[in-house]
Amino acid sequence: MMVKTIFAGFGGQGVLMMGYSLAHGAMSAGYNVTFLPAYGAEVRGGTANCTVAVSDDEIASPIASEPDNIVVLNTPSLYTFQNRVAFGGALFLNSSIIAVESSRHDVRIFKIPSSEMAEKLGNPRTANTVMMGAFLKMTGLVPPDIYLSSMETVMGSKKKSVIEINHKAFAAGYEFLKMAE
Amino acid sequence: MMKKVFGRPRSMKGNIFHYCAGCGHSIAHRLIAEVIDELDIRGITIGVPPAGCAVLAYNYFDVDMIEAQHGRGPAMATGIKRVLPDRVVFSYQGDGDLAAIGIAESFHAANRGENITVIFMNNGVYGMTGGQMAPTSILGQKTTTSPTGRQNILDGYPIKVCEVFSLLPGTAYIERCTVNSPASILKTRKAIRKAFQYQIDGRGFSLIEILSPCPTNWKMTPIDSCRWIDEVMSKQFPLGVIKDVPAEVSDERKKGDKHHDG
Amino acid sequence: MNKVLMQGNKIIGEAAIRAGCLFYAGYPITPQNELPEYMAENLRKVEGGVFIQSESEIAAIHMVAGASAAGARSMTSSSSPGISLKQEGISSLAACELPAVIVNMMRGGPGLGNICPAQGDYFQATRGGGHGDYRVIVLGPDSAQELADLTMDAFDLADEYRTPVMILADGMMGQMMEPVIFKEPKPRVYPESFAMTGAGTGKSKIIRGLILDPLEMEEHNWKLHRKYQVIAQRETRHELYKTDDAELILVAYGTGARIAKGAIKRLREAGLRVGLFRPISLWPFPTNELRDLAKRTENFLVFEMSTGQMVEDVRLALQGRARIGFHGRPGGVVPTPVELANVVMRQYDRKEGIIDPVT
Ligand SMILES: Cc1ncc(C[n+]2csc(CCOP(=O)(O)OP(=O)(O)O)c2C)c(N)n1
Ligand code: SF4
Ligand SMILES: [Mg+2]
Repeated sequence: MMVKTIFAGFGGQGVLMMGYSLAHGAMSAGYNVTFLPAYGAEVRGGTANCTVAVSDDEIASPIASEPDNIVVLNTPSLYTFQNRVAFGGALFLNSSIIAVESSRHDVRIFKIPSSEMAEKLGNPRTANTVMMGAFLKMTGLVPPDIYLSSMETVMGSKKKSVIEINHKAFAAGYEFLKMAE
Repeated sequence: MMKKVFGRPRSMKGNIFHYCAGCGHSIAHRLIAEVIDELDIRGITIGVPPAGCAVLAYNYFDVDMIEAQHGRGPAMATGIKRVLPDRVVFSYQGDGDLAAIGIAESFHAANRGENITVIFMNNGVYGMTGGQMAPTSILGQKTTTSPTGRQNILDGYPIKVCEVFSLLPGTAYIERCTVNSPASILKTRKAIRKAFQYQIDGRGFSLIEILSPCPTNWKMTPIDSCRWIDEVMSKQFPLGVIKDVPAEVSDERKKGDKHHDG
Repeated sequence: MNKVLMQGNKIIGEAAIRAGCLFYAGYPITPQNELPEYMAENLRKVEGGVFIQSESEIAAIHMVAGASAAGARSMTSSSSPGISLKQEGISSLAACELPAVIVNMMRGGPGLGNICPAQGDYFQATRGGGHGDYRVIVLGPDSAQELADLTMDAFDLADEYRTPVMILADGMMGQMMEPVIFKEPKPRVYPESFAMTGAGTGKSKIIRGLILDPLEMEEHNWKLHRKYQVIAQRETRHELYKTDDAELILVAYGTGARIAKGAIKRLREAGLRVGLFRPISLWPFPTNELRDLAKRTENFLVFEMSTGQMVEDVRLALQGRARIGFHGRPGGVVPTPVELANVVMRQYDRKEGIIDPVT
C-alpha cells in the first residue's frame, strides 16, 4: 500500500500542519512516511503546499506526480493541483472558500464547508482540522485516536482549550461526511 | 480629450511584480525607472541586480541587465563601467548582499571612486532566504537566526553603511532615504536622480540607501511596517544626505594623484 | 530510543550537537537554511556551544578552521554556490590536516541556478574541489536515518584522519521529513595535543600549509596521499539492493538511489531482474565492490540528477568489463520512478553494443 496526498492552500491556513500531523499519525500507526514541503521562492506570494506519502513499504520518492488525494483550502490550489490527482483518487475541497466546481469527473469529490464549520465551533483557525476529520473518515489512513494524539504532539505545548477545540473540529469533520454519505 | 497622468515608465517592462504586498522593492524599482526615463538614458543604462528578493529585477527593468553572484555586483559594475565609461551603470543590492557577503566588493568599488551608482535596499533582514539576521538588523530584532533578538556580544552591531562609506575619499554622493510615505517616496526619487546625474557628470561613486519595508519577514502588516521604519528603524539609521562632494572637488580629483579627504 | 519525525536539515543539526559539535558557522542559502536556524536556536543552549552567522561562506569555513585548530568539533553547511566559495578553506583544512564537517545540500547549477534538488556537485566534492593535491571524504546519505548516522560518523572520520569530511545531499534530503532514531554517538577520540591552545610553558606549535621548499612540500603531498590511500582501503561504504540475481544493475546515490529503488520495485513486479549498487561513500568510491558485480552481469545503468559525473567513477571501476548506460536529469528535476523504470526497460535486453561508450 502506498498513498500520497497533497495539501495546499494560502500560507496561514495551516496547510503544513495538516501534512505534518498526518505524517506523524501515520508514523505512530507503524507506517513509513515522508513529508515534503514546497520551499523557497515557490512559497512567496502566500501559497503553501506539502506532500505526504504513507506506505507499508519503503518510500522511494516523496514527490507525488500523481497523488491519490488532494486536500485544497483555496481556489488557486484547486486549479494548480486538480489535474494531478490519480484516476479514481479523491479531492477534498474547502467549499466555504472554493465556490467553483472541479473540472474532474473521474475522481471522488468531497466538499466540506470547513471554514464555516470552524467558525461555528468558535475558532475559524481550526478549518484545517475539520478537513482532517473528513479526510481521515474517507481514507481511513490513520485511526482517529492515533491521529488526535499525534495532532497534540505536533501542536506542542498549546493551551488545553486550543487542543479541545481542535478535537471538536476534528469530530465535526469526521461526522460531516458520515452524514453526507 | 483625456490626459494621461499616470502610466508605466518606459524603462519598465509590463510584468507583474512577484514582490509581497507592501514590499519596498516594487517602489524602488519604479522610482529608478522613472529617473532613467526622465534623464533619457534608457538606451545607455546597464543594471546589475543582486542575489536577493530582487534577483529577478531584469524581468521588470527594460534596460540591459546582467546577473551578478551574491554580493559581487559592484565588481561586475566596475568591469562594465571601465570598458564602457560613457554608459550609466548601476548595481542594485540588499543589505545582506552589500554589507555582508559583498562588503569587500562594495567597499573597494567605493574606495576606488568607481563612477557607478549603488541602490542599497536596507530591509534589515535576508528577505529571499526567509528572514535571517542581516548586518543591518537592529539590536533586539528577532529573526530566524537571532531567535531571541540580535545581541551585540554575539552578533555584532547594525552596520551604518552610509556613514562608513562616507569616510572613503572616493565617494561623491551618499544619501539615506525611505519609501514609507508619499513624501518620502518623492524625496527618494530626487536622491536617485541626483545620484545618476552625478554619475553622468563623472563625479564618482554614489550610493542611495533606502530603508525598505519587508512585511513578510518582519511579520507585520504593510502599514505597521511603514510605521516601524519611522518609529524604530530610522532612529538607528538617520535619514538625509550623508555626503555630497562639491563639483570642484570631484573635478580636481579627476586629475588624479592628489590627496583628498573628501 | 525514540523514533521522531524531523526535517533533514534539522536532523543534521541535532545529530551534530549530539556528536559533540561545539562550533557552527554558516551563511543563509536555500535549501539548507533550517540547519543554521536550528543551530542558532539549539547550539547556543549547549554549554560552550557557539553559533555564528558569518558574513559569507568564505568567512564561515575559515572560522571553522580556527575553531577546529582550537580543538572543537566544528561544522559548516551551505548549498552549491556557497560551497564553491568554501573551497579555499577546504583546501586549507586538508593541507593543515584539520578535521571539520561540511554539509552541501546541492541545488541546481551552475551559477545561481535554482533551489531544487540536484547532484551537479559530485565532481567538485569527490575530486577535492579546491586547489592542490588533496581529497575530501564524501558521504552521500539517502534517508533521514542516514543523515543522522552519517553526520555522527563524519565527525569521527574527520577526527580519525584529521581531514575535512563532506556530507553531500540535496534539497530534497534537506527539506523532507522522515522518521529517524538518533543512535548513541561514540565518545570522541582526538588527542588534546592536536589542538592549538597556547604553548604554556611547553614547546610552541605551528599549523601551516605553506611549505616553500619543494622537496619538503612533496613529502607533505606524499604524506597526505598515503593517508588518502589508507582511507580508500578502509572507508568505502556501499549498499547492495536486490543484486543477487540481477541481470541489470543500476548505480545511483542519494536521492537518485531512492528513485532507483522505486523503479526496481516496479521492474521486479514486471518480472525484470534489476538491482541497485548504491555508493554511500562517494570518495572513496567503492571501486572494488562495484567491480565484483561485473563478474555477474555486464549490464549497468548509471542514474544521476546531473548530466553525468559519477558515471566516470563507474567507468573507472568497471574498466571495459561491462556496458554502461546513463540516464541523467540535471537542473533540479527529480524524475519519477516510472520514468526511470521505462529507461531501464529499454536497456534491459541489450546484449550487444559498445562496452563502456565514452561520450
Ligand atoms: C554564495 C551565495 N550564498 C548565499 C546565497 C543565498 N542568498 C540569496 S539572496 C541572499 C540574501 C538576501 O538578502 P539581502 O541581500 O538583504 O536581500 P533581500 O532579499 O532582503 O532584498 C542569500 C543569502 C547565494 N545566492 N549565493
Ligand atoms: S520577503 Fe520581504 S523583501 Fe522579499 S519580496 Fe517579500 S516583502 Fe519584499
Ligand atoms: Mg535585505
